[in-house]
Amino acid sequence: MSKTILRKPEAFYDAFTRKAGDDFLTTTYCPGCGHGILHKLVAEALEDFGVQKKTMFVSPVGCSVFAYYYMDVGNVQAAHGRAPAVATALKRSNPESVVISYQGDGDLAAIGGAEILNAANRGEGITVFFVNNAIYGMTGGQMAPTTLIGQPTMTTPLGRTLENEGYPIRMSEIIATLEAPVYVDRVMLGDIKSIRQARKAVRKALEIQIEKNGFSFIEVLSACPSNLKMTPVDAQKWVREVLADYFPLGVKKDISATFPGKSKERHLLPLSEIPTILDIKESKINKDIIQNFSGKDFHEEIKIAGFGGQGVLSLGIVLSEMGMRHDFEVSWIPSYGPEMRGGTANCSVHLSNKKIGSPVVDRPTVLVAMNLPSIDKFEKDVMEGGYIFYDSSLINKAPKRNDLHVIAIPATKIADELGTTKIANMVIVGAMIEKLKLMSQEIVIDSIGEVIKNKKLIGINKQAIYKGIEFIKNLK
Amino acid sequence: MAKQFLKGNEAVIKGAMLAGCTAYYGYPITPASEIAHAAAKYFPRAGATFVQAESEVAAINMVYGAAAAGERVMTASSGPGISLKAEGISYCAGAELPCVIVSIMRGGPGLGNIGPEQSDYNQLVKGGGHGNYKNIVLAPNSAQEMCDLGMLAFELADKYRNPVIVAADGFIGQMMEPVVIPEPVKEVPDKKWAVKGTPETYKNVVTSIELDFHDLEIHNQKLQKKYAIIEEQEVRYEEYRTDDADIVLVAYGISSRVAQSAVNELRSEGIKAGLLRPITLFPFPKLKIKELAEKINSFLVVEMSNGQMIDDVRLAVEGKKPVHLYNRMGGFVPTAKEVREKVITIMR
Repeated sequence: MSKTILRKPEAFYDAFTRKAGDDFLTTTYCPGCGHGILHKLVAEALEDFGVQKKTMFVSPVGCSVFAYYYMDVGNVQAAHGRAPAVATALKRSNPESVVISYQGDGDLAAIGGAEILNAANRGEGITVFFVNNAIYGMTGGQMAPTTLIGQPTMTTPLGRTLENEGYPIRMSEIIATLEAPVYVDRVMLGDIKSIRQARKAVRKALEIQIEKNGFSFIEVLSACPSNLKMTPVDAQKWVREVLADYFPLGVKKDISATFPGKSKERHLLPLSEIPTILDIKESKINKDIIQNFSGKDFHEEIKIAGFGGQGVLSLGIVLSEMGMRHDFEVSWIPSYGPEMRGGTANCSVHLSNKKIGSPVVDRPTVLVAMNLPSIDKFEKDVMEGGYIFYDSSLINKAPKRNDLHVIAIPATKIADELGTTKIANMVIVGAMIEKLKLMSQEIVIDSIGEVIKNKKLIGINKQAIYKGIEFIKNLK
Repeated sequence: MAKQFLKGNEAVIKGAMLAGCTAYYGYPITPASEIAHAAAKYFPRAGATFVQAESEVAAINMVYGAAAAGERVMTASSGPGISLKAEGISYCAGAELPCVIVSIMRGGPGLGNIGPEQSDYNQLVKGGGHGNYKNIVLAPNSAQEMCDLGMLAFELADKYRNPVIVAADGFIGQMMEPVVIPEPVKEVPDKKWAVKGTPETYKNVVTSIELDFHDLEIHNQKLQKKYAIIEEQEVRYEEYRTDDADIVLVAYGISSRVAQSAVNELRSEGIKAGLLRPITLFPFPKLKIKELAEKINSFLVVEMSNGQMIDDVRLAVEGKKPVHLYNRMGGFVPTAKEVREKVITIMR
């Protein structure tokens, strides 16, 4: 024999002391409203499953914005439509907890359409209760996305029309098309029998979260007598006979039997170990070698330009990385935006013993040109007495200016001879360090392995740099 | 100390993780996307959370949720995305949730372009969303500061239970520079007010709604007091050769580096120029500017916008000295040469 206990569930406050005013015994809901019933069904289940104190309830904007007056659990109030996003993060922060996202029809199906669809699609381990009463309650009876055709509201005074507002949206059916949701059901608070059915759905949905960390979506057809301008009895009848006719009750999806469950584990690395995962490597530099270079007063502004794919940006990064290893002040910035279109790329590098202002290079002291358009575009900007290094295997027109040092290197040809065109940029690096005497060749060769991403190519990159150095030496 | 050659956008993620940030929720946008790339790479390695949200709106509301759960959490975006996040930032400010938002400013308005601008100063410094609130706003001018101020942002956010914005421009985000990697923080604060789904926290409520007029006025007054304390205690700036200056340039972010180069050029020509670089945009170094206004002849604000920070400089100067503007828009970074010429025109 079961025993009847007449009391409120533990997860539902006896007195609503968070409420403004001095009446702590009645809710903020109108007579005949479904929210109170659904709150209690949820609260009862939380108590029965023993999860009250590990539950977080996300309340929406709408009549249930004050759910935290009533629900004796952790409460977070969300912006309009965003409850599933807030719930997502609450659950990810504490995967062992139970998270409820509670929303009305405007909140969920209109302004929050993206949030519910994507939280469902990610299969967040949360339970969504969607109260559909076909009207906006809190703001005073405006049309909801679920308002029925012909139904008058404050914003459809002559009734919703297909022509102007389109069809009412069936959210459960939409959610059920997604792969991730475990259980999608539509129930109603239409009479005692249907409330019992709703109770079962509420419990099942929460169980799926508690046991398997799965996503469930329960749509609850509910009455809003105040805004439907009906008596509570008539409003309930309308839910049973009219609302449930357009929004058919029943399970839309249920894979709970086969759903394997999702992990609730989260293992955060201790703070002291964070540096170990950040790819931070100390480079071992011989400070004695650096002293021969870092003491000099110099400022080089280098522009490197060519086609996308020629390693123009990485040439700049290699020079900069090497500069850093000499304790120089260094900056690198790629060109981006419209300049990137059409397959050309360039970057700006500053190497200096003084603090660097703007990282842009407008008047380069050194231009590296890996294709003809780069010569055409940047030759005129090079500072008098500066340098142009260009790939003479690809550029058949030498720079015209005679106030510069012009170095033609068949970089692509040399790279091809080594086996891959891709290292033409490294041939130029070699030529630059030999010609400009900015850096220690020893350091460049020794640390190239720290700089390039593909470790299999370290050897060939070194060879390319040597070839560049050799080429300049042979010019003399 | 390990030194790494990093993009500003990567440095800010490393700083965040060293500060104990364990959750990143974001949406891709140029020129901020490398922040999400770095977060996607490193956060999972630490067992931390990375989620690419369905929208900027969802991302900031996830930040709201994680902050409500007491985590150190961040997001990053650029102007158009920050506009969408404005709603959530206001909610975080109202509910007093600590969080960090990185904004890599680009050209606007509308879709604008992806070049660097500083045209979201008002958006970031004046709040951007609805209601009487302030963000703490930090303005790095190097990759090193993206890391260091990225770390500081989390400390300030928790200290004041307030959103903190790291406000940089496309250049500071995109450029690579050597960064000395700091040590991680020893611990992150345990937040008693948070909602964690635990027996210790289940009586807690996180909300920004105060239905009663009286209660909401008190809440607002409390926020204003907090902002006043922040203005008293958290002003940060850098001065460069202002001691004997006749003219002081005021600039932040990438503009401050250009301005510093201009100051060097002007000094070498015998012109006594100096630079004041606000590091915090809110709180703004208004007392320092007021003090400088007593002894110098004029100010020149250099910014990549239609002149937004200049309003704050003018308020601080109180009309005592002329405040000039040199600005570029559309993605151009002013050159030191342009700034120098402007100063010479003013001094003439």
